[in-house]
Amino acid sequence: MGFFDKLKKMVSKKETVPSENNLEIYEKGLEKTREEFVSKLSLLGVKYTKVSEEYFEELEQILIMADIGIHTVMEFLDRLRARVKKENITDTKYLNEVIVDELFIIYVNNESLSDKIHEASEGPTVILMVGVNGVGKTTTIAKLAHKYILEGKKVMMIAADTFRAGAVAQLEEWANKTNSLFYGKENTDPSGVIYDGLEEAKKSGVDYVFIDTAGRLQNKVNLMKELEKMNKVIGKIIPDAPHETLLVIDATTGQNGILQAKAFQEITNITGIVLTKLDGTAKGGIVLAIKESVGIPVKFIGLGEKMEDLQTFDIESYIYGLFKEMMEHE
Amino acid sequence: MFEYMGDRLSNAIKNIRGMGRITEENINDAMREIRMALLEADVNYEVVKEFVSNVKEKALGMEVGKNLKPDELFIKLVKDELISLLGTDVSELEMKKNPTILMLVGLQGSGKTTTAGKLANFLRKKHAKKPLLVACDIYRPAAIEQLKEIGNSLNIPVFEEGKKNPIDIITDALEEAKNEKNDYIIIDTAGRLHIDEELMQELKDISEFVKPDEILLVIDAMMGQDAIHVITGFHEALHLTGCILTKLDGNTKGGVALSVRHLTHVPIKFVGDSEKLDGLSPFYPERMAERILDMGDIMGIAERVEDIMSEDMAKDQARKMMSGKYDLEDFLTNLKQIKKLGPLENILKMLPQARKMGLNQIEIDPKQMAHIEAIILSMTPYERRHPEILKATRKERIAKGSGRSVEEVNRLLKQFEEMKKMMKMMKNGNMKMPF
Repeated sequence: MGFFDKLKKMVSKKETVPSENNLEIYEKGLEKTREEFVSKLSLLGVKYTKVSEEYFEELEQILIMADIGIHTVMEFLDRLRARVKKENITDTKYLNEVIVDELFIIYVNNESLSDKIHEASEGPTVILMVGVNGVGKTTTIAKLAHKYILEGKKVMMIAADTFRAGAVAQLEEWANKTNSLFYGKENTDPSGVIYDGLEEAKKSGVDYVFIDTAGRLQNKVNLMKELEKMNKVIGKIIPDAPHETLLVIDATTGQNGILQAKAFQEITNITGIVLTKLDGTAKGGIVLAIKESVGIPVKFIGLGEKMEDLQTFDIESYIYGLFKEMMEHE
Repeated sequence: MFEYMGDRLSNAIKNIRGMGRITEENINDAMREIRMALLEADVNYEVVKEFVSNVKEKALGMEVGKNLKPDELFIKLVKDELISLLGTDVSELEMKKNPTILMLVGLQGSGKTTTAGKLANFLRKKHAKKPLLVACDIYRPAAIEQLKEIGNSLNIPVFEEGKKNPIDIITDALEEAKNEKNDYIIIDTAGRLHIDEELMQELKDISEFVKPDEILLVIDAMMGQDAIHVITGFHEALHLTGCILTKLDGNTKGGVALSVRHLTHVPIKFVGDSEKLDGLSPFYPERMAERILDMGDIMGIAERVEDIMSEDMAKDQARKMMSGKYDLEDFLTNLKQIKKLGPLENILKMLPQARKMGLNQIEIDPKQMAHIEAIILSMTPYERRHPEILKATRKERIAKGSGRSVEEVNRLLKQFEEMKKMMKMMKNGNMKMPF
């Protein structure tokens, strides 16, 4: 029970986690999410002390309500049933541990995952932000820029969302607030803005460049082609760039999230996901399904509106944040 | 996996066809597929459970008559049940008062500001109202700027006073509306979480002060199971009068529509179905039911076509087509109308049986349509009416003028000739449909 034991040790402070501070933000940010999810799981253990069909049915409901995605849930339950049979598990208290363990396995899947940002060997590291409308791309850029500026880095933002009304002004306001450099022009071709912006970035010797793009629904062929073109332009000016292409996904997203990840992946080689708005009641379980079916890991999660509420994603802290009470109940 | 849901469901239903009557056993597969389809569409888990048990109960009690086969009866039952959950009739917007005040609320990024612009445009165009947009999103950077830009592009006034208290802004806006004789006031508020007590209180205060005639929740159609917390959170605080479902031009099924209607009884009044500012349509339960079950949306197309093309014009065009007098000038007019319908692949996808004909996978590059248009626009009006006079030098000129190649000009002319031939065949009764 490797992972679960490790978590329990974290709770009982026998083993210190990488950053205490980090864990606290996770705990607080996931508070509402956890109240919903874990209290249901714990209640389930109280209601059914023995493993039964009814138990599995209610478990299915809890997992589906967390937006983990119907197919991922079905396969998960099959595996769980198999383990129950093989290991002869009858006590639901013990099964809680197996559940956490199996959820972890879906995500990790024998890979060594890295949450590190891929940096340029020399010159600016270029990070391209993509996603559907209204997921929080611009705000995420502001938070990431803030993070790097605190580390003493020089950051530039390029406004390539030349479509939505007010988008350029919004990014510019964030650039001013975070002390980042800014490049943007309204009502022009986004690839043109990127071209000029990156030339500017090279000249001014910045460490990180964030490119904000317009929200696009993944089934709009012309907008996806536009993104393809932007990608080419970026690579032309800075070889190997973009070093990261982050797909921003709203934690409230349902199963359309899988289609989003697939469609964007086809066009731009997504290197990671930023899961935003986790401070609400949404569980963001769709990232488990995305990881399982498309293989894209989460790199950052948004746990609140404050600048420091954007955190590097850490699956252990995430699952810890979700299951804290359940483990203390033991 | 997601895309084929409709096929798996129809296969399961086909199996019922040969049966003499409906039994628990022979609808089992179909019930399972319906359950999966609804869950995949992000319909709330509780609602799915209730729906499935209702349908099952009613299906078992059904009499298989002489005229209707069991599978047809079953499909009708499922569809009717879905429609009744979605609300059986179209819910109109309050419009009688002068001025009518409407307030838009919702989570961050659900599309409130864009929807405010669309609503103003809709009210002016369809109901001859004189709307005033009021910018009360004092938190998000450049939100006011965004609404102003939208107002500018529509030529609809936007009232703003920067980042003042929303109640003060609205007080002044009402005064302004009186002076300017605006009869409809649309208030755009900042996005917020339903659990953010401080910001929810702000909305309650505004609502108590202004007493809006409509409080509409703007909600993203791609939302998953968390939708129910959001909807009930806003409804409990504000007594919503309706919902607007946005981003339905994506490929989400929009199961959230079912959850909204069934769990709160708040009607869905509009859907947002394109990025353009005329992309707002009334909500039709029947179409939504068909979308969720993947049955196509032929009614939606019919209505949009009607909107864009007047009947007289359509008759005139049809007459020309049949008589063989249809020329490139007419074709250009039609091309422009098709463009107004929105992305062509969306229209194709809405056709029932689209999947069987492979139309759901078609990707049409809008650039190609633009190229065709450019070629025709580079011809003189006389050339458009008499394409037969186009010889090498004229073709070269047209190619240069449109920035395309002579081959492309030739291809277009050839395709146009073939199209005309087909139209004549239709007239002679040799062929029913061109496709």
